[in-house]
Amino acid sequence: MILFDHVSKEYPRSGLALNDVSFQVRKGEFCFLTGHSGAGKSTVLRLIHMADEPTRGEVRVSGYASGKIRPREISMLRRKIGYVFQDFRLLLDRSAAENVAFALQVTGARAAVIRVKVGRLLAQVGLAAKAESYPAELSGGEQQRVAVARALANDPIVLLADEPTGNLDERATRGIFDLFRSINTAGTAVILATHDLELVRQNSGYRVLELDHGALVYDSTSSS
Amino acid sequence: MPYALREALAAFRRTPVLTGLSATMISLSLFVVGLFGIAAHNIRRVLERVEERVEVVAYLRDDARPDAVRLAQNEIATFPEVREVLYISREQALELAKQELGELRSLFGELEVNPLPASFEIRLKAGHHRPEEVQAVAQRAGAYAFVEEVRYGREWLDKIYLLRRVAGAAALVIGGAFAAVAMLIIGAAVRMAIFARRDEIAIMRLVGATDGFVQRPFLLEGFLTGLLGAALALSFTFLVYRILSGAVFQLEWIPDGWTLSGLAAGGVLGIGASAAAVRRHLRGI
Ligand SMILES: Nc1ncnc2c1ncn2[C@@H]1O[C@H](COP(=O)(O)OP(=O)(O)OP(=O)(O)O)[C@@H](O)[C@H]1O
Ligand SMILES: [Mg+2]
Repeated sequence: MILFDHVSKEYPRSGLALNDVSFQVRKGEFCFLTGHSGAGKSTVLRLIHMADEPTRGEVRVSGYASGKIRPREISMLRRKIGYVFQDFRLLLDRSAAENVAFALQVTGARAAVIRVKVGRLLAQVGLAAKAESYPAELSGGEQQRVAVARALANDPIVLLADEPTGNLDERATRGIFDLFRSINTAGTAVILATHDLELVRQNSGYRVLELDHGALVYDSTSSS
Repeated sequence: MPYALREALAAFRRTPVLTGLSATMISLSLFVVGLFGIAAHNIRRVLERVEERVEVVAYLRDDARPDAVRLAQNEIATFPEVREVLYISREQALELAKQELGELRSLFGELEVNPLPASFEIRLKAGHHRPEEVQAVAQRAGAYAFVEEVRYGREWLDKIYLLRRVAGAAALVIGGAFAAVAMLIIGAAVRMAIFARRDEIAIMRLVGATDGFVQRPFLLEGFLTGLLGAALALSFTFLVYRILSGAVFQLEWIPDGWTLSGLAAGGVLGIGASAAAVRRHLRGI
């Protein structure tokens, strides 16, 4: 479903962010993406999202290939990719429900569908009671739940999470991680980029990809 | 597109001054064009009326043979530009001159010989009054051996045409300058609208909204601004028309087709300016 084929990414000033990276992620898989700061984790996620093109090699996602994909297809692909960040990226002038609804509005869903779906998504992330709250009135963990609900709005096949628990305490981290696990159980693949090695160690059953200075130095599936 | 419309109207509310400025500049630009439009339209009306009467007069030599003259009259009448050819004999010319001269008629009464030549009055068909055409007819008529001289209102005709050209060029330059400024200001307005909504745009991109969907509110904003400017220009132009028309001279209002074109031009100007700005500034988000 996701394939990196000898992918290198070079930025004009900072040099090689990824160096000849190859791996594959299957449907419904859960995998950690680890590595120190600057190793290239976010770059991998951005390439999957087709927000950037590889300098060399090819990225394939759900049948689309980097380099051949057209702008309109990128939009369509992104509806199948949920994406959450360390800093949540919610719209501060909109309530939790409106933030989730926004993702549906701008991809052309009808109003009746949106209302039903938003209620279901907020319930799924455990925030049904706070639908009308604004981001400023929510804790970090709750804000991230809103972001996850938004990421799930268009029923993605994969959820990309870039350091999603970086701003959260241990309890909230646990809660968000459990949420990811249940989403994964329901069939959505999850790629979770983090340098929180404690989190990775506590969940040793999952696949781990480790980057170091842009090179893929460890893949738990290929070594075992 | 209720979403795009809602967002476009929200942008008006967010930056009313900039929107107002954009609309004003567009209206100034189209106002200049509108004034020219009135001038051009009325000059054309006057020209049409004058041209009706433009004729080529060919004076004949006194020794011209009558049968040759009749042949020439028929021949000239078949020129494609020519409506009719009247033959004015020397006697008729004298009669006409006497009528026109009124009290001075006695001057002729005492003459023993008729000093006036016979002539052809060549009337041209409607739509064949351009200076080149008139000149061509004059030349061909002048080619007959018994034609002494050909006269036509070439000089002042040329002048009216020149006047219209100059006025048109001036309107184009001034209107164009205003239009350029208007487009710059609309660009700035769209840029501010994009900046105000950069977070939303980033989220739209994130969740897979199409480029068209992202751009539509801004294009609509530009289009509505342009339309507003055009409507303002139309009101200004009409106001000036009313003031001038009553006080100074009789004017005709421009045809409806021109009015609609003006409104359309405003919309196109607005949407063009925002399209350019959107393309330039949306990339960075
Ligand atoms: N847009 C960019 N322009 C230039 N260089 C970039 C850009 N994005 C990333 N880089 C560089 O690419 C390298 C990898 O960055 P990346 O963000 O992928 O690292 P990361 O593993 O996500 O780090 P962190 O854990 O700190 O988030 C870094 O050296 C960074 O400076
Ligand atoms: Mg990162």
